Amino acid sequence: MRPLTDEETKTMFEKLSKYIGENIKLLVDRPDGTYCFRLHNDRVYYMSEKILKLATNISRDKLVSVGTCFGKFTKTNKFRLHITALDFLAPYAKFKVWVKPGTEQSFLYGNHVLKSGLGRITENTEQYQGVVVYSMADVPLGFGVAAKTTQECRRVDPMSIVVFHQADVGEFIRNEDTLT
Amino acid sequence: MAACSVEELLAKAEQDEAEKLRSISVHKALDLEFDVGNLLACDKNPVESRSFGAQKKEDFLRSLARDNTQLLINEVWKLPTERVEQVIVAKLPEPTTPLPREKPPPKAKPPTKWEQFAKLKGIQKKKKTNLVWDETAKEWRRRWGYKRVKDDTKEWLIEVPETADPNEDQFAKRTTAKKERVAKNELNRLRNIARTQKGKTPGVGLIPTAQPSKDELNRAVSVAKTSTASAGRFQDRLPKEKAPRNTGKKRKFEPLIGDFSSEKHKQLELLKLMGSKRPKLDVTKAVNKQMREEDREEAAARHRKGAGKKGRKGNMSGKGKGGKGGKGGKGGGKPGGKPGGKPGGKPGGKAAAGGGGKRRSKAGKH
Repeated sequence: MRPLTDEETKTMFEKLSKYIGENIKLLVDRPDGTYCFRLHNDRVYYMSEKILKLATNISRDKLVSVGTCFGKFTKTNKFRLHITALDFLAPYAKFKVWVKPGTEQSFLYGNHVLKSGLGRITENTEQYQGVVVYSMADVPLGFGVAAKTTQECRRVDPMSIVVFHQADVGEFIRNEDTLT
Repeated sequence: MAACSVEELLAKAEQDEAEKLRSISVHKALDLEFDVGNLLACDKNPVESRSFGAQKKEDFLRSLARDNTQLLINEVWKLPTERVEQVIVAKLPEPTTPLPREKPPPKAKPPTKWEQFAKLKGIQKKKKTNLVWDETAKEWRRRWGYKRVKDDTKEWLIEVPETADPNEDQFAKRTTAKKERVAKNELNRLRNIARTQKGKTPGVGLIPTAQPSKDELNRAVSVAKTSTASAGRFQDRLPKEKAPRNTGKKRKFEPLIGDFSSEKHKQLELLKLMGSKRPKLDVTKAVNKQMREEDREEAAARHRKGAGKKGRKGNMSGKGKGGKGGKGGKGGGKPGGKPGGKPGGKPGGKAAAGGGGKRRSKAGKH
């Protein structure tokens, strides 16, 4: 486990800012204690100082997970967000998409959101903007990328993709063995 | 008594003589082998185990050493001697026993790159004479070396090749080519030395090759970048340039549990920087905004019109001129006709003034 380098921090923040914009500040500077990002096995974990200090008692090869996994760095040093980060993305999300109850299941199985399943969408959403996907009952289901702007969404035909799927809470079951 | 004493004396003298001789003459069954040059004597006589007993061992060894040394000294005495500053000195002959040298033999000179190649290809060095007979000058000229280069009697004229640029200076071309060859040879010489000493090869930059590979060019770029007075610290990156890999720099990380507040501060600084770099005018965003405004306006206009269909048709007829008036009149006539029941009068009015048609139809409704 080690702190992120400047380069890594920048890569990760750039990815996070696609979803929560400048709200990353609230993750970094928290009034309820010191929280930090740490890299372990190419994965970025977000944890409190207290947990970090406890985790130092565990040897590196035995440590599976600590705190909340935000995502991982690929071999080409890109950052991929994991579904486990949803707990922190959802409250601060700037752009949201609500899906209709019928589409919920389809999304949770890893499919893209079609226009027909789109319940609501935040005004002003740009194309390729990171969005957090909610059910109509305001339960966060996952996140993705807007395939169309809000304006375009009104015009396109019902079978066209509106949100590209990136991660959903169904992964907790589907990828149970690899999620940490 | 006297005679007796004389005999006795003689016998004693003889004995003394024998005693004296015995001290310098040693009898051995096998002669010793001498190498006087090394002051070495080898005794090949077998050692009697009886005389090599426990008590007499020391005595036996001492006497053996004395005897053999005596024999060696005798050999030395046989050599021609001279007196230098009241000291008798014998000149020792060349040593015959080959002795191993103290130091290991020197290592063979490591082969140069060319020598390696020549060995691989089986190229053998041919001896060339330095002097060659020059037919035109009718004398012996050197192949290389003294008076070879600046010989202006030779090639005072060069034919310009057909493919070459006629304005090119062939002599200058030749001299630059020569200079380049010399420089290349020097570089190769230095690289040979460096290779043998296991140092870094001097050609880290762009080595002159016919077709430099992408890798070589990358390395050359990174070397050129760091070759500034500030070791490349203020050198700008090209837009899509990647950081050079395998530069031999060790990665260094912050401690796991270090200064949390400074870490936080650094991250906040970074966030501030990232926020400031965002462009002020986002084109797609602006276009979207414009589109949304248009949508809103349209919607508002539709709302103002009340009955959407009618209003739209009225608009269209307004755009068209004259000939379309009849069609517009039909459309406009239907809704207008219900309350008023005067189909004839309205179409004419619309055809005359397009924009006004709406208002009039509305008025007709009321």
